[in-house]
Amino acid sequence: MDSPEQIKARVEAALPGVQLELRLNPAVPAESSLVVGPAYAVAVARFLRDDPALRLDYCSNVTGVDWLDATVKEKVKTRRRVAGEEQEVEETIERKRPGYLEVVYHLYSVALRHGPVVLRQRTRNRFESVQVASLTPVWRSCEFQEREVFDLFGVVFHGHPDLRRILMWDQFQDFPMRKDYVEPDDYEYEPTPHDKILDKARRHYPTGGAA
Amino acid sequence: MKREADEQELMGALSTGDVSPDQPPWHIASPQPLPAPYELKPMPSGTAGLEGEVIEVSIGPHHPSTHGVFRMDVVLDGERVLRLKPVFGYLHRNHEKLGEQGTYLSAMPFTDRLDYFCSLTNNWAYALAVEKLAGLKVPERAQYLRVITAELTRVLNHACMIGFLLQELGAMGTPLMYAFREREKILDLFEALTGSRMMCNYLRFGGCRCDLPPGWAEQCARVVAGLPRFFDEFERLLATNEIIMARTQGIGVLPADLAISAGVSGPGLRASGVNYDVRKVDGYGIYPRFEFGVPLGGHGDVYDRYMMRMLEMRESVKILQQALRDLPTGPVIDPKARLRNFRPPGGEAYGRLEAPKGELGFYLISDGGPNPYRYRIRPPSFINLTVLEDLCVGHTLMDAVVILGSVDIVMGEVDR
Repeated sequence: MDSPEQIKARVEAALPGVQLELRLNPAVPAESSLVVGPAYAVAVARFLRDDPALRLDYCSNVTGVDWLDATVKEKVKTRRRVAGEEQEVEETIERKRPGYLEVVYHLYSVALRHGPVVLRQRTRNRFESVQVASLTPVWRSCEFQEREVFDLFGVVFHGHPDLRRILMWDQFQDFPMRKDYVEPDDYEYEPTPHDKILDKARRHYPTGGAA
Repeated sequence: MKREADEQELMGALSTGDVSPDQPPWHIASPQPLPAPYELKPMPSGTAGLEGEVIEVSIGPHHPSTHGVFRMDVVLDGERVLRLKPVFGYLHRNHEKLGEQGTYLSAMPFTDRLDYFCSLTNNWAYALAVEKLAGLKVPERAQYLRVITAELTRVLNHACMIGFLLQELGAMGTPLMYAFREREKILDLFEALTGSRMMCNYLRFGGCRCDLPPGWAEQCARVVAGLPRFFDEFERLLATNEIIMARTQGIGVLPADLAISAGVSGPGLRASGVNYDVRKVDGYGIYPRFEFGVPLGGHGDVYDRYMMRMLEMRESVKILQQALRDLPTGPVIDPKARLRNFRPPGGEAYGRLEAPKGELGFYLISDGGPNPYRYRIRPPSFINLTVLEDLCVGHTLMDAVVILGSVDIVMGEVDR
């Protein structure tokens, strides 16, 4: 099978103007992923499914990842004058990266028996702009899995036929798989609270009370 | 005279005519007209041309046919299923969050509780993903032990699945008890090896937790040698049974293209004629060393899905015999392997294997810390349920129960 770099080149040749970016995976380089912009996601997915050399007809796994706001350290090479001489110097720059939600698709080919190709979509942020394109029209197996990502991460899939909560109940408000999720205060009285329970009891009765 | 007249009155038409009086009356064709066909209630108003109404029934979550706390919202026209929406999450405990909060090792016992029939393949799938992420090597003997325990798990799961399916067809108890009799022998082996019958927690990253106890391999070989006899007996009992054939053939047909698109995996996919077995495709572990076939179905109906399990059990026995024959000596885990304070380098990995219910995958993202940044399970039973509505629509409600049984789900894995 083609490497992720080759697949990226093929997609870019077939769909001019596509927003596609390679995200390197240091652990398993063959499973580096392609990050696609939401406007092109369905077109890229259809290409990956129908291209005769790829034929990724089997979407095995769909999942979400929550990336919080973070400061990223990057090493940049710059030219600077050091002691009167111009030299190439490596500098570490700290950059603030706003948080986002990510949806990861693992694609295989049943016909050609290769894979996986990893496709990713990202939301713009974690709060109000959380839409990505649904790939359920391309692979039916995304139907329940995208519902699960919506349920647990709060990613809204545009074009999904039946976007409802699937594991949590319909009245539930929050998204429990997010990294900053706080459990509701469901403390129940326990006669001998200890360790974590004791902390929870203290938080539950700030003025003293039972604990 | 009076008495004769009373009898005449009681017998009515029966004692008249040319019927001899000593012939019992139930031999006579009933003079009553056939019962009128069931009349549907007319719709209340304004729907001329439409007769009757559809009703919505919620089956479950506590229903003996739903394999645990699983609910189906069904819309019925008479007995025909018009729409079916599976509802689940009653057993949801956010397993993935638990996995992200603890260390890599501490998630291993949790994986037992996913598909609680097949804890050893769950262990292996998780170990496979971590080993891929961290680039660990597994010793030879441990590889063989993994194959042996995984194939025993497959036999156990398939036998029980057939038992439960037959239970839903109305064969109360007998086939299930036959399956449980064999399962008991395998669970005894698991108990001797791991200390636990179902929650085995046996594999570790880069090997297995402990070596075989003395005499285990011989006992296992005896159990394996007895399995083909059980399969023959089971098949003679079931495969050509008229009721089973009438109730399962042509029911719940899954076309191959829909099966691939919907991500159906395992015996359900192969029953539709798609030759895709992760053991053959990925060749993980040491499976390329063994000779075994991949059974394929021709129709994709419930009968094929049942038959797939029968045939796969026989292939599993072939693998087991080869693995027990070739079992090498040596360590079962690298003595320098780090279990405590295990920190794989940053990156991500997706490891998958052929669990008895389908393709079980684990997706891990490491940020270099002691616990996974993202820990995701690709549950085969959950994804196989995607097509449940397509399989059931147009069939009767009692067939929907059988179709659900043939998908083979475990709620511990569906809800996680």
